[in-house]
Amino acid sequence: MKVNDVILKTVVKMIVFIILTLGMYLFFAGHNAPGGGFIGGLVLGSAIVLLYLTYDIETVHRGMPFDFKKVAALGVLLATGTAIASLFFDVPFLTHIDGYFNIPFLGEKHLSTVTIFEAGVALTVVGTLVTIILNISEDE
Amino acid sequence: MIVAFSILLPFIAAACIPFIYRRFKNIHLGWFVLVVPALLFTVLATYIPRIANGETFSKTFEWIPSFGINITTYLDGLSIIFSLLITGVGSLVILYSIFYLSTKESLHHFYCYLLLFMGAMLGVVLSDNLMVLYVFWELTSVSSFLLIAFWHHRKASRAGARKAMLITVSGGVAMLAGFLMLYVVSGTFSIREIIANLDIVQSSNLFIPAMCLVLLGAFTKSAQFPFHIWLPDAMEAPTPVSAYLHSATMVKAGIYLVARMTPIFGGHEVWFWAVSGVGIVTLFWGSFNAVRQFDLKALLAYSTISQLGLIMSLFGLGSAALHLGYSTQSVIYTQATFAALFHLINHSTFKGALFMMVGIVDHEVGTRDIRRLGGLMSLMPFTFTIAVIGSFSMAGLPPFNGFLSKEMFFMATVKITQLDIFSLDSVGLLFPIVAWIASVFTFIYCVIIVMRTFFGKIQPDRLEKPPHEAPIGMLIPPYILIGLVVGIFMFPNILGHYILRPAMASIYPTFPSTDEMTPHISAWHGYINTELIMTIGVVIVGVFLYRTLKKWRPMYQIFPQKYSFNSIYERVISSSEYRSDQVTKRYMNGNLTYYFIYIYVFFVVVLAGYMVYADVFSWDPSKDSVIEPYELILVFVMIFATLAILFAKQRITIVLLNGVLGYSVAFFFVVFRAPDLALTQLVVESITTALFLLSFKFLPKLTKEKVSKTFKFTKITISIAVGATVTFIGLAVMNYDEFEPISAYFEDSYNLAGGKNIVNTILGDFRAFDTMLEVVVLFIAGLGVYTLIKLKAKKGDADVESK
Repeated sequence: MKVNDVILKTVVKMIVFIILTLGMYLFFAGHNAPGGGFIGGLVLGSAIVLLYLTYDIETVHRGMPFDFKKVAALGVLLATGTAIASLFFDVPFLTHIDGYFNIPFLGEKHLSTVTIFEAGVALTVVGTLVTIILNISEDE
Repeated sequence: MIVAFSILLPFIAAACIPFIYRRFKNIHLGWFVLVVPALLFTVLATYIPRIANGETFSKTFEWIPSFGINITTYLDGLSIIFSLLITGVGSLVILYSIFYLSTKESLHHFYCYLLLFMGAMLGVVLSDNLMVLYVFWELTSVSSFLLIAFWHHRKASRAGARKAMLITVSGGVAMLAGFLMLYVVSGTFSIREIIANLDIVQSSNLFIPAMCLVLLGAFTKSAQFPFHIWLPDAMEAPTPVSAYLHSATMVKAGIYLVARMTPIFGGHEVWFWAVSGVGIVTLFWGSFNAVRQFDLKALLAYSTISQLGLIMSLFGLGSAALHLGYSTQSVIYTQATFAALFHLINHSTFKGALFMMVGIVDHEVGTRDIRRLGGLMSLMPFTFTIAVIGSFSMAGLPPFNGFLSKEMFFMATVKITQLDIFSLDSVGLLFPIVAWIASVFTFIYCVIIVMRTFFGKIQPDRLEKPPHEAPIGMLIPPYILIGLVVGIFMFPNILGHYILRPAMASIYPTFPSTDEMTPHISAWHGYINTELIMTIGVVIVGVFLYRTLKKWRPMYQIFPQKYSFNSIYERVISSSEYRSDQVTKRYMNGNLTYYFIYIYVFFVVVLAGYMVYADVFSWDPSKDSVIEPYELILVFVMIFATLAILFAKQRITIVLLNGVLGYSVAFFFVVFRAPDLALTQLVVESITTALFLLSFKFLPKLTKEKVSKTFKFTKITISIAVGATVTFIGLAVMNYDEFEPISAYFEDSYNLAGGKNIVNTILGDFRAFDTMLEVVVLFIAGLGVYTLIKLKAKKGDADVESK
């Protein structure tokens, strides 16, 4: 039986970008407002899962040729890497620094190394989430 | 900084191995790996002159400063000896392994483990912080486990690896407890700071327990009696590994620890007797058992045990000097320590060469059994030379370096009998006697190695391959080592002055550096002294006993195998395996219902039990805020959903109703102004529901299980108890004031961490360590799910064991 999912496919095409934007927003909002690496990662991951739900695995994989196990591994490396990197600046393990920087076109912005750490968290969450869901749902 | 980098370099190299391996398939991976230890050896060797001048190098990286755990690297006379051994012997072993292991083996695993081990070992000897030392210490156990089990398709390899792991790790855990006691007493994890505050440590009640626990770690690692049983089984590893781990480095970690801890514990009676006593017993037992072995590698394993015992006992004897304090009389006893360090280096040279020699024989002939070997002298003359020089040095004969350190060992045992502390006057005479008997056995097995392998008649039909000389690459490393064996004999005082003397200063920090502490080593004292007479006696009796070996060998049958420590180990392991299997089968019955029952019963008993015990039941609704109508509506929705789940007939209904529950909870978070929690709950709920729906078609149809009335009743009781416990906790928390709230600290999050969102500053800054490890756990769990689903054993693959 052929499933008629034109509406789903059309809607998802637009909605995925809204969800991805929301995910990115949540990720960057994390420092001062609700959000952060974990939730941002979950939302991004759910957008990808939605894509996989709507289209088949091959189609999505052509658009996003990532091995999500490696994405997760990269995330773990980033998170532990920032922790270890702090040792080389003569500060205790996992110390973060932050400050205000003047960036062209954007004005004065608050930047912190926590963002890198949180990026690691987000990538791990996305990678693990997609890996697990893909493998559980995959046909034999 | 360079010292810290030299610990890091092997780890970095290990991480690069997979990439190099994939790119350069044609070149043996060992050539790339060889660069690492060779480079480190060169760099570290440049420190020798400055260390000989009494300099030390130290660098601290803060890790967890609030607990005093910092990565402090410390390079002094003692640690440079060990780091030079690790990198020097490491280079030679890697060079040797290039010719020993064919490219058909999984080389990338092998060299990865080897580099991990090298880094861990350097970490052990170059760390000043006890906790960091412990971390590296256990890492050596883990990496050696992987190396011993390198040929993991063989059952003996796996068993040997597990044995080594179990024994060394349990010793390591004991050592950790000892380290923690030292921390409790002294308030610092830094070895140098502990030495600086010695009187506090020594007057403490925990001094003796801490000492015993630390010694347990050292003895298990260095294969001292009765923990020696793991070393012969560890010989299942490839020969380069045996040469490296089990003669030159890992087993010497225990020796290093004893040497490092001597300034703290030395001078106490218990330390003296434990270290020297265990050492001398090990010396005897190892050499005694080596004679009965037929496998050349097993023979060398027992000989290593015995030699380690010798070094250990010398450190024990040398510690007596600390008891007496500094004086011209007591300095004589430091010569035992000097001999220990000297023999340590000598042992690495000749034992490394001997292991490589056995590897060559095994590689070229196909067997290591001395009953099948013989007459190889004319066919393998170069290998024969290695065997002769290595064995004679081990037996303590001139003109090889083993002679010098053996003489010094005899001298130390003789001198110690003149000391009348620690009730030595009564049993002190045992030291030289046992040492002499052990040396006779040492002499016998050294002769066995040479005679049985290279002399006599060749038996070509019992060999697996036609014997011929080894390739040149396999000969170069052992030749460098035997070159050192002869070289050190010729010029021992260069070694003594530049390398051993600074190490003596590290072991006796309170003693002024005098020339008496670094005696002039001479091969010939110009007259016949006691030591020389003892050596001559060893040779005469040894030759006699070797000749009559056939007559007294049955003596070994008197000690039945049944009562050896090995069989005790086997019995303990097999019975504990059987018992735990029985116990596990009883509660892990595969029924999820039972698992939930265990978890919830435990939950109710512990938490409700604590609440009854602490008497925290109190409910005071007067301070509560008013319950709004929409909150009541939410509660009713949730109650309805929960009850509906109980009576639902289809799985999809249950999943959706569960979603209703989850979203309602998220609504509550919104109402109670916890946006972070609400967000997380919403997303997690959506994803788990999606996951459920995705895997839906794989699940079987929901069937009503038929259970007895009583079991149903039990389940209902437990459910109600769990619900009641959670409710009571919720109510009691409102009035619980056992601990100070810590929220005030986090309120300052913007100043402390630069973020306005408290929840995220806690996750990313204040408790980032938790987050980091959670990420790792998540990743590992994901990989676990992946492997469970993906890597199902294909048909026909199931029986790996029988291959």
